[in-house]
Amino acid sequence: MISAPDVVAFTKEEEYEEEPYNEPALPEEYSVPLFPFASQGANPWSKLSGAKFSRDFILISEFSEQVGPQPLLTIPNDTKVFGTFDLNYFSLRIMSVDYQASFVGHPPGSAYPKLNFVEDSKVVLGDSKEGAFAYVHHLTLYDLEARGFVRPFCMAYISADQHKIMQQFQELSAEFSRASECLKTGNRKAFAGELEKKLKDLDYTRTVLHTETEIQKKANDKGFYSSQAIEKANELASVEKSIIEHQDLLKQIRSYPHRKLKGHDLCPGEMEHIQDQASQASTTSNPDESADTDLYTCRPAYTPKLIKAKSTKCFDKKLKTLEELCDTEYFTQTLAQLSHIEHMFRGDLCYLLTSQIDRALLKQQHITNFLFEDFVEVDDRMVEKQESIPSKPSQDRPPSSSLEECPIPKVLISVGSYKSSVESVLIKMEQELEDEEYKEVEVTELSSFDPQENLDYLDMDMKGSISSGESIEVLGTEKSTSVLSKSDSQASLTVPLSPQVVRSKAVSHRTISEDSIEVLSTCPSEALIPDDFKASYPSAINEEESYPDGNEGAIHFQASISPPELGETEEGSIENTPSQIDSSCCIGKESDGQLVLPSTPAHTHSDEDGVVSSPPQRHRQKDQGFRVDFSVENANPSSRDNSCEGFPTYELDPSHLLASRDISKTSLDNYSDTTSYVSSVASTSSDRIPSAYPAGLSSDRHKKRAGQNALKFIRQYPFAHPAIYSLLSGRTLVVLGEDEAIVRKLVTALAIFVPSYGCYAKPVKHWASSPLHIMDFQKWKLIGLQRVASPAGAGTLHALSRYSRYTSILDLDNKTLRCPLYRGTLVPRLADHRTQIKRGSTYYLHVQSMLTQLCSKAFLYTFCHHLHLPTHDKETEELVASRQMSFLKLTLGLVNEDVRVVQYLAELLKLHYMQESPGTSHPMLRFDYVPSFLYKI
Amino acid sequence: MLRWLIGGGREPQGLAEKSPLQTIGEEQTQNPYTELLVLKAHHDIVRFLVQLDDYRFASAGDDGIVVVWNAQTGEKLLELNGHTQKITAIITFPSLESCEEKNQLILTASADRTVIVWDGDTTRQVQRISCFQSTVKCLTVLQRLDVWLSGGNDLCVWNRKLDLLCKTSHLSDTGISALVEIPKNCVVAAVGKELIIFRLVAPTEGSLEWDILEVKRLLDHQDNILSLINVNDLSFVTGSHIGELIIWDALDWTMQAYERNFWDPSPQLDTQQEIKLCQKSNDISIHHFTCDEENVFAAVGRGLYVYSLQMKRVIACQKTAHDSNVLHIARLPNRQLISCSEDGSVRIWELREKQQLAAEPVPTGFFNMWGFGRVNKQASQPVKKQQENATSCSLELIGDLIGHSSSVEMFLYFEDHGLVTCSADHLIILWKNGERESGLRSLRLFQKLEENGDLYLAV
Repeated sequence: MISAPDVVAFTKEEEYEEEPYNEPALPEEYSVPLFPFASQGANPWSKLSGAKFSRDFILISEFSEQVGPQPLLTIPNDTKVFGTFDLNYFSLRIMSVDYQASFVGHPPGSAYPKLNFVEDSKVVLGDSKEGAFAYVHHLTLYDLEARGFVRPFCMAYISADQHKIMQQFQELSAEFSRASECLKTGNRKAFAGELEKKLKDLDYTRTVLHTETEIQKKANDKGFYSSQAIEKANELASVEKSIIEHQDLLKQIRSYPHRKLKGHDLCPGEMEHIQDQASQASTTSNPDESADTDLYTCRPAYTPKLIKAKSTKCFDKKLKTLEELCDTEYFTQTLAQLSHIEHMFRGDLCYLLTSQIDRALLKQQHITNFLFEDFVEVDDRMVEKQESIPSKPSQDRPPSSSLEECPIPKVLISVGSYKSSVESVLIKMEQELEDEEYKEVEVTELSSFDPQENLDYLDMDMKGSISSGESIEVLGTEKSTSVLSKSDSQASLTVPLSPQVVRSKAVSHRTISEDSIEVLSTCPSEALIPDDFKASYPSAINEEESYPDGNEGAIHFQASISPPELGETEEGSIENTPSQIDSSCCIGKESDGQLVLPSTPAHTHSDEDGVVSSPPQRHRQKDQGFRVDFSVENANPSSRDNSCEGFPTYELDPSHLLASRDISKTSLDNYSDTTSYVSSVASTSSDRIPSAYPAGLSSDRHKKRAGQNALKFIRQYPFAHPAIYSLLSGRTLVVLGEDEAIVRKLVTALAIFVPSYGCYAKPVKHWASSPLHIMDFQKWKLIGLQRVASPAGAGTLHALSRYSRYTSILDLDNKTLRCPLYRGTLVPRLADHRTQIKRGSTYYLHVQSMLTQLCSKAFLYTFCHHLHLPTHDKETEELVASRQMSFLKLTLGLVNEDVRVVQYLAELLKLHYMQESPGTSHPMLRFDYVPSFLYKI
Repeated sequence: MLRWLIGGGREPQGLAEKSPLQTIGEEQTQNPYTELLVLKAHHDIVRFLVQLDDYRFASAGDDGIVVVWNAQTGEKLLELNGHTQKITAIITFPSLESCEEKNQLILTASADRTVIVWDGDTTRQVQRISCFQSTVKCLTVLQRLDVWLSGGNDLCVWNRKLDLLCKTSHLSDTGISALVEIPKNCVVAAVGKELIIFRLVAPTEGSLEWDILEVKRLLDHQDNILSLINVNDLSFVTGSHIGELIIWDALDWTMQAYERNFWDPSPQLDTQQEIKLCQKSNDISIHHFTCDEENVFAAVGRGLYVYSLQMKRVIACQKTAHDSNVLHIARLPNRQLISCSEDGSVRIWELREKQQLAAEPVPTGFFNMWGFGRVNKQASQPVKKQQENATSCSLELIGDLIGHSSSVEMFLYFEDHGLVTCSADHLIILWKNGERESGLRSLRLFQKLEENGDLYLAV
């Protein structure tokens, strides 16, 4: 934990005040409670006041061909969550913005119905009247009985906080894609099964019809066919046709995986993930194939029945439910994934962002973070994820950039400059400018089709919504290419929607209607980070203009991001070009903040225009400031220590200090070279931001409680400082008491101060009742010990007194502490009994941040070369020791016993770093021969 | 300490106060051992430690297994299983410089009446000898002759190839308790109250046979001889159960000096009740010796005595160095003496020249404030008395090592790695100098960094 969300939130206060909306007039406020959701644990700054629901939730809706848009289910499935929020109304809204809404059927020029393997589209929309903002993920599932064989669905993450949606777009998109992939995989399996059945039926029907016809032929010797016979023959013909059609469909659905496979080759990890999700025991790399084989093996039990050749679109028939559409197994998997998403994005945006920054930073200091950080399992998960995900980014990020690089700057930008995104800036954007830009776009448009046509199409769309009174505004539509559209005749519908056009058009509409559903983005390509929507709007357009080959380039770009793209592999150099384009594009995006303008001079003009109309400079400067600060801190940790000046520079070099195989990858180059740095940040942002929730709810609660109890301990006991010093310096603290619950509670609370040995559990024993042994002190650093009044307890106490030199003893019953003297300054800051911190979780974070600071000191001390090795042969040990001491005292500013704490942590660091080498499982017991004192209240 | 833990009042009648034991308290500035590592492999009393080379040692005990350890890291290197009963003696047979086979041999004798010869580098049993009539209680190697001797109820001579060269007749039912090599191809064996000198006859032109002859019996001890060591090339020393210390000439086997007044109550101590305890013979039995050029250090009962060879008298003593019998002592190069005892503690002493105008010898630190002062004052008394006895030196306690929960049987000192102690609580503890270890770890850290190529900036 590096920073506390509470603190961040308060520092951002003035920006929140700036927010024009959501500030209710004062008189009305008198009558209603300030935080109506406070009872549900909502933060006072969460902007829920306008919303009719109490917290974020996920809505799945369907555009039913019978009844129109309808909500299917919500996660969490609790009416309390969405309250009076009109799900039906919102379903209508979210279902109406699926631009690709491509239908299947008999496309002109094709003999058979074509399945369209549509990419999901991702839209962000807002309804300021309802106070609801949503990330909407559209997907289509196949249903043999549905019109055009498709059933459009969408999953929406609905939140009252627009910024949350915008800033977490990448994460939301990635997580929902996973859920969608799961659904679709199950659906393909089920659809193939449907087709199999249908084919069997048709086959059977044909056989029956055939025999009947034969019988009739034989029975009829008049030489002419009766009308009945003709009818039968027609029916037979239509059945034959139907069979061919269905066989074709089956071929198509089966061919999907093979086409997909090309994409999947690039991301075997994800494949495995999907497979895991589906919990398929198959060893093939293709879940669909295995599904097919499943079908073959288990379907023979199906008895075909006679059906009518013409499939009737029966409206009275009940449509399949979502669960039926997908395999039940996949369906439950999806639900699990969705509730995981709900869990993951629960809470205030500020909290999410801080914890993301936090985790990103934590990963950087992996040499020291084992000491006090306790979510090791999350780290593991993140590592897994990183291993399994690299699919997409591996395509579009420059090969040199490493995944481990810090995603922090990106996040920080979002925190800082993102604030005034859509309404504050874009609405004010001058129409002329936009038009001008739009013309530019037109000019640079190199595509073969007429842009005006697209515009007409769009305009039509717009007009439609304007006339309905509540206009839909499309701010950004990035690509909605369907897989086949490029080669097929449907191209006219989707491909031409070049993002620039749509976007500029949208902005021109912006000023007309304020209160409406605003489609903030339609963005199926994951590499387009929400930065796009921030102030650097024109430059975003510009950057796309800067493609050497306009629209073609854009398609390349997008193709590179969605791996399952069909067409991309046909293009020869596809694997090289996207990365270049992408990186340049990303630089362009960041350019105004970075003052690096790699784009061609021809576009600098508009770029600067963009700057003029972009958000207040204050934000940007802040970003920059922070960024500089960041790089200073990371790239040269000791540069701020003036006393280090005398040392040879190479010794203080970061890559020299950050001594580990992994970290060495983040060489100095990556920090100093802004270009590669930024590009890697932008292009790999989607998965470098770990999407795993830091720790489960229980552990959050645990932290909170531990913090609360620690706070209580500090306030209650005047001798808390020496006790905490004991823990920090590795002297075992024995908490002695009769009541197990009380002892356990205190031990849990104090455990937050105990440095761990390694990536395992903390060396804390919550409750022991047998006499302690020397091994215990080697193993445990905090022990809760039962005080037994009976003579048997004397043994325990005797052992305790015998080993008193290794322990500090906190007697809860007598309220005494026996431990060495502490006169440092570190612990008083860590555990101030007059602290203003009230909340346990806040205190926990405070402790964590202090300890992180401490860790960095220990790190410096441990890895400073000259401190530990004699500079020349004749140097005595005393000289080295005095140099160490002066470093600790003067450079690190440690006072008295604080030195011991850092020395102890340094020993743990050394041991941890060398742990791979054969050694003992437990570190040695270090101790000092120092007198102890008895403290009383 | 215990008093407030038990939560009782502040009555001065604490447990610790009955003992006149010198204590040092928690502030031990001269005690270098600030790091310990507990090694656990045995499941019974660990009685023997033997050094194999600069960084390895072997431990053996009542569970019949021998474990080879790395003294630097505490890593368990080998476990030698073979004996079915407790091990009674262990010794290393260093390889000869001339010999091709560099393997060091470890010889272990056990109560199962076997001797097993181990290869010190593998777990291989080189040979197992099980032709003994009795338990072998001591083993000794005569490196000059490249033979080794086993002492039980009789004395056998073996060569490196484990051929029995010769043996004596049955000596006694109690068997040989100690065996030491002395010049002129002789060995001296302690059998009960007697010392028997044997001469080994190596094969010459005249006879091809090895032979062992009893040369002399020395009957000067009144009680069983418990300890026997060489002082130097010219003399050896024996100690008996009733506190007789005799220094013998190693060449003509005559008595050089005789000291048996360890239990003599000095008149000043008359009033103290522990004198009665001292009268008990086991309180003055001499368990172990160690010596340097000038002095012989004897572990007498609970006390430590320094006997000057030159002055032929005790020059310093600690009558109650431990709470219980001292089992093993060793002399460190830096004028320090380490003792371990049945009370589970190890103490570090320093032999200091007595200054005539010495101030109050025992510092009274904080412990007065916390109620320990009384102990210290009493403890200081024997030291003062000793001063009056005109001893010119004193043994100052400079530190104690508390870790074992039961009797510390033996310890082994490594110049580079610290101290290894073994105990009846089945544990072995490696005591190390924390500062030095910290430096070594830093060294290894930077070595590893260099190996990984992280130490210098990649160009």
